Amino acid sequence: MIEKKTKPGWKTLPEGDVIAGGGTAQEFKTGDWRSKRPIFIPEKCIHCLTCWVYCPDSAIMVKDGKVIGYDYDHCKGCGICEHECPVKGKAITMSLEREAKPECKEGGKK
Amino acid sequence: MAKTNIVAKTGNEAMAEAMRQINPDVVAAYPITPATEIVQIFAGYVADGVVDTEFVPVESEHSAMSACIGSSAAGGRTMTGTSSQGLALMAEMLFIAAGLRLPIVLADVNRTLSSPINIHCDHSDTMMIRDAGWVQIFSENAQEAYDNMIQAVRIAETARVPVIVTTDGFIISHGMERIEILDDQEVKKFVGEYKPKDYLLNFDKIVTLGALDLTDYYFEHKRQQIEALRNSKPVILDTAKDFAEKFGRSYGLFEKYKLDDAELAIVAMGSTAGTAKVAIDELRDKGMKVGLLKPRVFRPFPKEEIAEALKGMKAIAVMDRSDAMTGHEGPLCLEIKAALYDKGINKTLVNYIYGLGGREIRLDEIEAVYKDLADAARGKPQENVNYLGVRE
Repeated sequence: MIEKKTKPGWKTLPEGDVIAGGGTAQEFKTGDWRSKRPIFIPEKCIHCLTCWVYCPDSAIMVKDGKVIGYDYDHCKGCGICEHECPVKGKAITMSLEREAKPECKEGGKK
Repeated sequence: MAKTNIVAKTGNEAMAEAMRQINPDVVAAYPITPATEIVQIFAGYVADGVVDTEFVPVESEHSAMSACIGSSAAGGRTMTGTSSQGLALMAEMLFIAAGLRLPIVLADVNRTLSSPINIHCDHSDTMMIRDAGWVQIFSENAQEAYDNMIQAVRIAETARVPVIVTTDGFIISHGMERIEILDDQEVKKFVGEYKPKDYLLNFDKIVTLGALDLTDYYFEHKRQQIEALRNSKPVILDTAKDFAEKFGRSYGLFEKYKLDDAELAIVAMGSTAGTAKVAIDELRDKGMKVGLLKPRVFRPFPKEEIAEALKGMKAIAVMDRSDAMTGHEGPLCLEIKAALYDKGINKTLVNYIYGLGGREIRLDEIEAVYKDLADAARGKPQENVNYLGVRE
């Protein structure tokens, strides 16, 4: 019932399924149903940015031309980054979400 | 009064002429009998440079309506034309156009649906998509088709709902009639410049359109759409009023022909209304108090207004040029019955399914319906649903 009160009703909602403003996908956290997460291994990474190119959710975080981690709010855990990583032995490995959580606190946004 | 040009045109030519004068930004279409000529003639206008329209020849009607949705969402005034199987193939996209509140105008020539395959008139195609959320306007002749097309643009863009204007396949679409064409500039002024509220090519106000809408928002959006359809009724009337003031031809939600003092009424849509008017004149000469109610707007259905207009009748026949396969009455009859019920009006009401697959409806058949009604008014029991003109 609380949810019904806080969301706009039909009289105030923008008509015709219009969402005002651009870039609204940023607000939609798609990472919460991920079953696997990418684990970054910084010492192996050559910063070729192949993962950044292939990531369908723009979830590879890059600063000054170097990979610094992943945006776990939006990463859906598809594993394309791991598949495309050209480094021998991989600088990205996919781990089960429930197993990966403790080690990953500093790897991503939160 | 604005000057008019009297010409001989078929229904299809009249609709194409209206489209030339409206000069939409985009027309995306795929040909189908008996509506082909509308977009064929219009494509000629595009090729000759007499309109500014971007014409998109697509590979199917599904694609035609998809392209229309894209164009309308981008901010363009958008029109198309189709019929029958084409309308059926568009069905999925028709619901999307309406849900996104895109003011597309569609010229639809009523033709039956397969199977058996048949290219002739009945209202099955338009009735099939009556729940799609489009305003549906029926025309009795080429003149009405022309006038309705011009009004449809304003109705769609003011009420922000898509509009279908229909004619009857071959009977109107290919029958040549005397019609009055308005001056190009007058039409331009009447439809005005299209100013969309939200559109994808507006870089000053970015919007997302057609996002996923689950259990938390879908119902609210549908409720808005229902309200928009309801609100289109005054828009239809205002547009008709302005049209009558400027050009002298009056339209409403429905037309009454010798109905006010009538005791026996036929309710019929499209070209059959013209035949009924002739029958009424003949029967009136013989002293029968007969009249016609011709719904022009089928969606939104003018429920209260029609019930009010029919309340004084002794007996009513509703003519359905399609069968909704309910196992009982046709779609128009069900609407009329619901309308009368809510007003507490309990009249003798008989349903006639007629003209399926283009089976002609003759004067003597309509006269026979009125005679059945006269019997019914005297208390003779009638079948609920009758199939007029079918061989036993």
